[in-house]
Amino acid sequence: MSRRVRIALLGPALLGLGALFAWAVAGLPAFGDYRGPYGDLLNKVVVPLRHTTNVVMGTTFDVRGIDTMGEEFILYAAIVGVTLLLRDESGRRQVERRTRRLATDSVRLVGVVMVGGGLLVGLWLIAFGYITPGGGFQGGVLTAGAILLLYVVGSHRDYRPFRNEHVLDPLEGLGAGGYVVVGLAALASGSAFLTNLFGFGTPGKLLSGGSIAVLNWASAIAVTVAMLLLFAEFLETYVTPLEPKDAGS
Amino acid sequence: MTLAATLVPLQAVAFALVALGAPVVVLTRDPLRQALVNGVYGVSLVCLFVVLQAPDPALSMLVVSAVGYPLVILAAVARVRAERRGRAPREAAGKQDDSE
Repeated sequence: MSRRVRIALLGPALLGLGALFAWAVAGLPAFGDYRGPYGDLLNKVVVPLRHTTNVVMGTTFDVRGIDTMGEEFILYAAIVGVTLLLRDESGRRQVERRTRRLATDSVRLVGVVMVGGGLLVGLWLIAFGYITPGGGFQGGVLTAGAILLLYVVGSHRDYRPFRNEHVLDPLEGLGAGGYVVVGLAALASGSAFLTNLFGFGTPGKLLSGGSIAVLNWASAIAVTVAMLLLFAEFLETYVTPLEPKDAGS
Repeated sequence: MTLAATLVPLQAVAFALVALGAPVVVLTRDPLRQALVNGVYGVSLVCLFVVLQAPDPALSMLVVSAVGYPLVILAAVARVRAERRGRAPREAAGKQDDSE
């Protein structure tokens, strides 16, 4: 297709899209004008019923807990897909690699502080997710990111335990499966799947929300380990061909 | 003046930053540089979510734009560049066998 034909096609298409877009924007409610009943309802109901001061987490892990389980398995399926796609290219993973250490001590120092700080903030986001903004997903990604920084500031050897699939795979199973087990436990106790099992505790305290805390930690483990598995696969596949000189070949 | 009213100018600034940032990401051609610019754009979105009083999406956006997404992009860029570099000398030498 020549450039002229493409532009001739693009013109009317853009006009049509623009008209539809303008029509849609004109029909939007005013900025900040919330109409749906669900948000208002949840804001009223979640704290008295579930004692989680972060309404978002009370919603994701209780009111629509089964949706969150689906989301967790979407991540799981994505990791499985990446692993299957990138897995084991002609025994490359047996090659022992030496990565260059960062040149300056000051950069390494800042990096090490960031590892500790990131880990702390990540764990805090997970643990207090249902009290203050945060939660298993955000905290999990941050925790995994902080662990990955160890690879950047240290060496391949420092990072080795965190890309060992014999450790990571069972942990991923624990996280993803733990969520389902909590749901099934409710079923076994005679109520509906994922019914909140435990006492709701005091609002604003770590001991609040009942099952929400357990589900939060299960998804945090699942997310952290999923990210670590992702990093491990990427490091396996792309670090090796990057450093043919360092590998001494 | 209520809290919501004081936030309006901040919201306008955050919206403007997002509107300016998006084309900058698109107009950056080098993928490596684009990954970094996209990270900065992600931070502007985080600011927007914060001034719109949505801390949970802000945190999600922060970890995705600062940790998850750049890593995937950088990994892909590194992979493609390494493959290109590995292939170039072989082709110059007249396509010898790949088996080694």
